[in-house]
Amino acid sequence: MIALLLLLIPLLGGFVTFFLKSDNAARSWSLLTAIATLLVAFLGLAVYNKPECLSFHADWIQPLGASFALKLDGLGYTLSLLATLALPLILAATWHRQYANAKNFFGWMLLGVAGMLGVFMAMDALLFYFFWELALIPMYFICSQWGGEKRIPVTFKFFIYTFFGSILMLVALIYIYFQTPNHSFAIEDFYKAGQALSYNDQMWLFWLLFIAFAVKMPIFPFHTWQPDTYEQSPTAATMLLSGIMVKMGVLGLLRWVLPIVPQAAYSWGDLTSSMAVIGIIYASLIAMRQDDMKRLIAYSSIAHIGLMAIAIFSETQSSFQGVMVQMFNHGINIVALWMVVEIIERQFGTRKMSELGGLAQKAPALAIFFVLFAFANIALPLTNAFVGEFLMFNGILNSAVTKYNVVFAVLAGLGIILGAVYTLRMTRKVFFGPANALTQNAVDIKWNEKIILGFIAVVIIVMGVYPQPILDFTQAISDELLKQADILHLLKK
Amino acid sequence: MNVLLISAILGVVMMFSSFLIKNTATVRTIGITGTIALLILNVLEMYGTRLFNINTAGFLSFDRFTLVFISIAIIAMLVYFLLTAKDMEKVNKVNYAEYFALLFFILCGIVLVSGFESLLILFLGIEIVSIPLYVLTGSDKRNLKSNEAALKYFLMGCFSTGLMLMGITLIYGAQGTFTVELFNFTKNIDSPLAIAGMLLLLFSMAFKASVAPLHFWTPDVYDGAPTVFTSFMATIVKAAVFFSFFRLFNDSFTALAPQWQFWMAVLAALTLFIGNITAVFQHSVKRMLAYSSIAQAGFMLLAIFAMSGIAKEGLLLYAAAYSFASIGIFSVLTKMDDYTFDGFNGLVKQQPLVAAAITIFILSLAGIPLTAGFLAKFYMIQAVIQAGGHLWLAIFALVMAAVSVYYYFRVIQAMYFKQGNANIQASNTFKYTLLAVAILVVLLGIFPNLITNWLYF
Repeated sequence: MIALLLLLIPLLGGFVTFFLKSDNAARSWSLLTAIATLLVAFLGLAVYNKPECLSFHADWIQPLGASFALKLDGLGYTLSLLATLALPLILAATWHRQYANAKNFFGWMLLGVAGMLGVFMAMDALLFYFFWELALIPMYFICSQWGGEKRIPVTFKFFIYTFFGSILMLVALIYIYFQTPNHSFAIEDFYKAGQALSYNDQMWLFWLLFIAFAVKMPIFPFHTWQPDTYEQSPTAATMLLSGIMVKMGVLGLLRWVLPIVPQAAYSWGDLTSSMAVIGIIYASLIAMRQDDMKRLIAYSSIAHIGLMAIAIFSETQSSFQGVMVQMFNHGINIVALWMVVEIIERQFGTRKMSELGGLAQKAPALAIFFVLFAFANIALPLTNAFVGEFLMFNGILNSAVTKYNVVFAVLAGLGIILGAVYTLRMTRKVFFGPANALTQNAVDIKWNEKIILGFIAVVIIVMGVYPQPILDFTQAISDELLKQADILHLLKK
Repeated sequence: MNVLLISAILGVVMMFSSFLIKNTATVRTIGITGTIALLILNVLEMYGTRLFNINTAGFLSFDRFTLVFISIAIIAMLVYFLLTAKDMEKVNKVNYAEYFALLFFILCGIVLVSGFESLLILFLGIEIVSIPLYVLTGSDKRNLKSNEAALKYFLMGCFSTGLMLMGITLIYGAQGTFTVELFNFTKNIDSPLAIAGMLLLLFSMAFKASVAPLHFWTPDVYDGAPTVFTSFMATIVKAAVFFSFFRLFNDSFTALAPQWQFWMAVLAALTLFIGNITAVFQHSVKRMLAYSSIAQAGFMLLAIFAMSGIAKEGLLLYAAAYSFASIGIFSVLTKMDDYTFDGFNGLVKQQPLVAAAITIFILSLAGIPLTAGFLAKFYMIQAVIQAGGHLWLAIFALVMAAVSVYYYFRVIQAMYFKQGNANIQASNTFKYTLLAVAILVVLLGIFPNLITNWLYF
């Protein structure tokens, strides 16, 4: 029931938004819908130990064996919480940004989030695919309608990339569907059928599935759409894209690749991890050379996601849990960073670090928040990201499925160091040093922005100091996924 | 059977009304009412009510599958009339009723080609469909392009008819009968007569269905014909041709499948490739739609290639999805003056409802989930994978579907994201009908059972 509500509220709310009379009403309505969704998500926590409240099952296209199956497990719930938590914050933080045809903008935002929530909860391959595309279309409309100057070609590239990937995934899903004994799209049948597939089949199916998710995450060399799209999109959409949507790819790898084609995931694991390592170093090096804050954060996101990919393919309990924790934390942190960028851009009309400087003198509160977010981005201890990265590194080093764990860990660790370099460089260039003509008259953030950023800061620190709740939360599902994906275990059977 | 006779009678009625009734609105009303009556009669026939008891054994048979298809064709025709019947006045007001007459005759032909039991009936049906189409293509008499298109279509059409007749003759030589049921290819499967005949039929049907490499007439004819009639030609007629193509090869030439199945796969791949790649380079939406219809034909060929129950259901769904979406887009196109992509710039400002409906149609044609087009493509891919052995075809088809996004989405980009003042004269009735069709497309995309259940219950 909770699962269904979580899907329906933003979906219906989104549809209603299109038909509202005034833009201001749409703005308030969308925030209201977002808060309602968040409340439902919290309500679910109260009944967390009653699984029947968290899942929903109905027949859908019977002749095909497709059902409307939603379930909130630890993985899906973590991400749903992230999405429902981020959406009101995003809407509130961009409250004063004016859009032409604002009601359409907010309608698409809600529909996009509904699609993402669907992806997080779907327990049926066809349904998963439906939501996968449903999440994409609204983002396409938002980014190409309200984005920057080059928005149309850039967003189009993004769309074609993702669509191409998802279409390959469709072939794989149908192929596996025919291997299921009772011809069904249910995830349990997919796990069984997939694991029973011959080695050769798994090997090529893996790539069909992997490319779809790798494009979304993105993993090198499928990342080229990402910096442009993040830069050109309106900031609210960038937050959705980088904070929530990329997690669809990570979730896809965890839930729809590893358990379905475990042998292939084991065999290709070193290759994909190498791709991710290359991506981490490459993106970090490029991030160091950026002048535009948005592009810098975009590249830093590639590096962070790359680490998650390595952790996934190292297939240990600790790394799986680390990925889940980190997905949540990365979402929060990157949304926070975008918020600051948005505030700066709104005030000075530029995101170029070379044109900014010395903000800390005039806007100390903003500076404090930004430094804290920057620390979280580097994964300093006592911030939330530290927990996730620690678990992931622990998992990578202890991995039994790869011989190169030390190499991967060291090279990925290099990415962390580089991350510190470019993040701190950005902090220095924007907030410290002498103020220039543009930043002389800077104004500090207002109380409402303080509340929003303060809330995020609290989340960052609480999750960094006391991460136990989210660890408990993700324990069961990472055990379960590991059991399904564990090649050694499967061979024994 | 009901539809065959009544639509023939309706055709004659419309012919006479062309000089008896001067008021176009009355003519239109008769046409639309007639179509609704046809739909009711056909649904009645599905439940066993036949108005006429004529023994057509060995020539025509109307099983469930055929009747469902005919219903889809009539619904599509109804949608077509509701959306575009008014625009036929633009072509020529004097002959208005005659256009209706020709369209009803085409419907007769469609019934014949979808219910044929004998190759003679197939031939008759194809001709009954084609000849009114030649006339309609050239109906814009003062327009040089329309004349050129009609002549081109006529000459090429005659050529392919010739091929078809030769093919039928050879099959007759091999089998000693025209009746599909009595065919027995098992005895001498390598008989050159039968194989040559089958190949000639394959070529002629491929021509009619604009399958590459026999597609060259399509863009010119679709582009030259008045847009109202292009809409009919590219959707309902094409779907009917495919339906008979499917029946011919899956029911009649099943035994010869080893001889043609591989080539069908090659033809499908070629059609998909040529249709999609050429569509990318078009500047006019109308021509883009012509190439897209070739591309969609490639997808429908997959059903013929796969030969299975899923393919059968998929073909029905595909016919419906493709026809509704294309009729919708064409109906807007007929109201526009500028057929280039730029002609759509900023349409959303003036006509948000129309733009939303077009978006849904485009998404459906491109095969994006939640629309009928996606499930139709899904069924096709499923059928190909189930048939086994040709996985490359499934992957290739979907890659081509991804290419198709490139040119389809240019319309969406123009409507929503580019600056401009495109506008059309659209009445409220038109807008809401269009929206209703769009909603139907979405409904079919979420609950395909609406159509496929008809086959079984």
